[in-house]
Amino acid sequence: MMEYLQILGSEVYKILFLLVPILVSVAMIVWLDRRVWGLVQKRKGPNVVGPFGLLQTLADALKYIFKEIIIPASANKAVFILAPIVTMTLALVAWAVIPMSEDLVLSDINVGILYLFAVSSLGVYGIIMGGWASNSKYPFLGAIRSAAQMVSYEVSIGIIIINVLLCVGSLNLKDIVLAQKELWYVIPLFPMFVIFFISALAETNRPPFDLPEAEAELVAGYQTEYSGMMYAMFWLGEYANILLMCAMGSILFLGGWLPIIDIYPINIVPAPIWMILKILFLFLLFALIKAIVPRYRYDQLMRLGWKIFLPFSLIYLVLTASFLFYFDKLPKGNF
Amino acid sequence: MLVHSVFFYFFSIIAIFSSLMVITSRNTVNSVFFLILDFISVGCLFIMVGAEFLGMIILIVYVGAVAVLFLFVVMMLNVAEQKQSWFIGKKSTHIPIGLIVSVLILLELLVVVGGWKYKDDLMSSSTLNLSDISNTHQLGLVMYTDYILYFQIAGVILLLSMIGAILLTFRQRKGVKKQSYFNQISRNPSSSIELKDVESNKGVKID
Repeated sequence: MMEYLQILGSEVYKILFLLVPILVSVAMIVWLDRRVWGLVQKRKGPNVVGPFGLLQTLADALKYIFKEIIIPASANKAVFILAPIVTMTLALVAWAVIPMSEDLVLSDINVGILYLFAVSSLGVYGIIMGGWASNSKYPFLGAIRSAAQMVSYEVSIGIIIINVLLCVGSLNLKDIVLAQKELWYVIPLFPMFVIFFISALAETNRPPFDLPEAEAELVAGYQTEYSGMMYAMFWLGEYANILLMCAMGSILFLGGWLPIIDIYPINIVPAPIWMILKILFLFLLFALIKAIVPRYRYDQLMRLGWKIFLPFSLIYLVLTASFLFYFDKLPKGNF
Repeated sequence: MLVHSVFFYFFSIIAIFSSLMVITSRNTVNSVFFLILDFISVGCLFIMVGAEFLGMIILIVYVGAVAVLFLFVVMMLNVAEQKQSWFIGKKSTHIPIGLIVSVLILLELLVVVGGWKYKDDLMSSSTLNLSDISNTHQLGLVMYTDYILYFQIAGVILLLSMIGAILLTFRQRKGVKKQSYFNQISRNPSSSIELKDVESNKGVKID
């Protein structure tokens, strides 16, 4: 029994070492997002609390902690409380398989990419539960919208992942990164990278696809009835999901922890730094798009997902498969 | 081994409990939530026996897609009221049909479990040595070689049912304005603006 407790202890220690940096970087990323947004619009953005306003998110979090949590009288209480917890947990739990370098990963499982895909597709539950349990019209409309949106865009993300897997021949995230040693997949699969990026925007309900919480028409969508710490949890979960999508994009297309070119002065930089730089690069794109693109209409969003992205990625899948087969480049696997 | 069995009992107790709650809970939305919990714990059980690919596929397909649509439908339709009228009203034609279907499923399960004795014969048609390669590779090797026909037939059946469902629910609504991107972009001032001289006291007719 003592052995198990020791193993458990060391695992908890590792998990804490993963979670604390992620939560801190989520806080930093919220600041970065608002700052970029402000700079694009010729404002200053948060710049008062701490140096360059870096501690703004911390101040916000403190404010949320001390605010009262209000549960509407007609809400389904258990589900109402569960919804932000589900969102937050799912956003954090996915980080267990993200490799930051060759051996810096919490759990190196064989079906890593499937795990990531599964967890990101479960993310819709937090939103549906929140919207339904609030027992109010705007949250419910927001939840319904987001369910349809996330399910539609998952389909094209799935096919994009299959595209990459065809080139790799393994579901392991480490193998996916190592297969890009010669050539990052962003070059041969560039159209897929663009579609992945746009679908990731839709999957995380970011502008221009923030219809579930479209401020002008739905107040704040599924978050309308939430207050205090519960609202903050939705918010943190959302940003953790965005970071996760950026990490997924950098693993699938930008070569994960691999340096840009494998020559002397560049490859000294430690692997995790490269990974972080790539995630940051993708996040900056996310933030810029939030600032410069107007919101889509709902039918346009559905049309884009089902009539453009899905057929296009399917055709590209057939093309990739035929190319690999014709030039005999199909991955042979280790058997 | 101890921890393994603790986890096994943990997940199976949750699975059984939640599947009981699916059929007993009063609120239909709650029973869909319990169904999701059931799927998740069954997926965990699959992962525990080493079928990691199947476990993840259950999570993706059932929890990530099917159950979302269930939830969607149950929330949109007010099933709770209908349920009341089904079971309390006199027109409860659903109970006999439900009984027939569940008896059939029970019989099928009995046949399958009874046929387990002959498992070795069934398995020997596969010629592969499946010992030291990963789960996903094993499945792929079997599916795309020995069972390619069944696999393809299953795919065609799914495609057919999808087309059938679309055909059944498809209806062309009248009076819906559709946006044509091509027409929008190919418009120019000369084709869409027209200047008219309006005579005094007559006005102009716009069609």
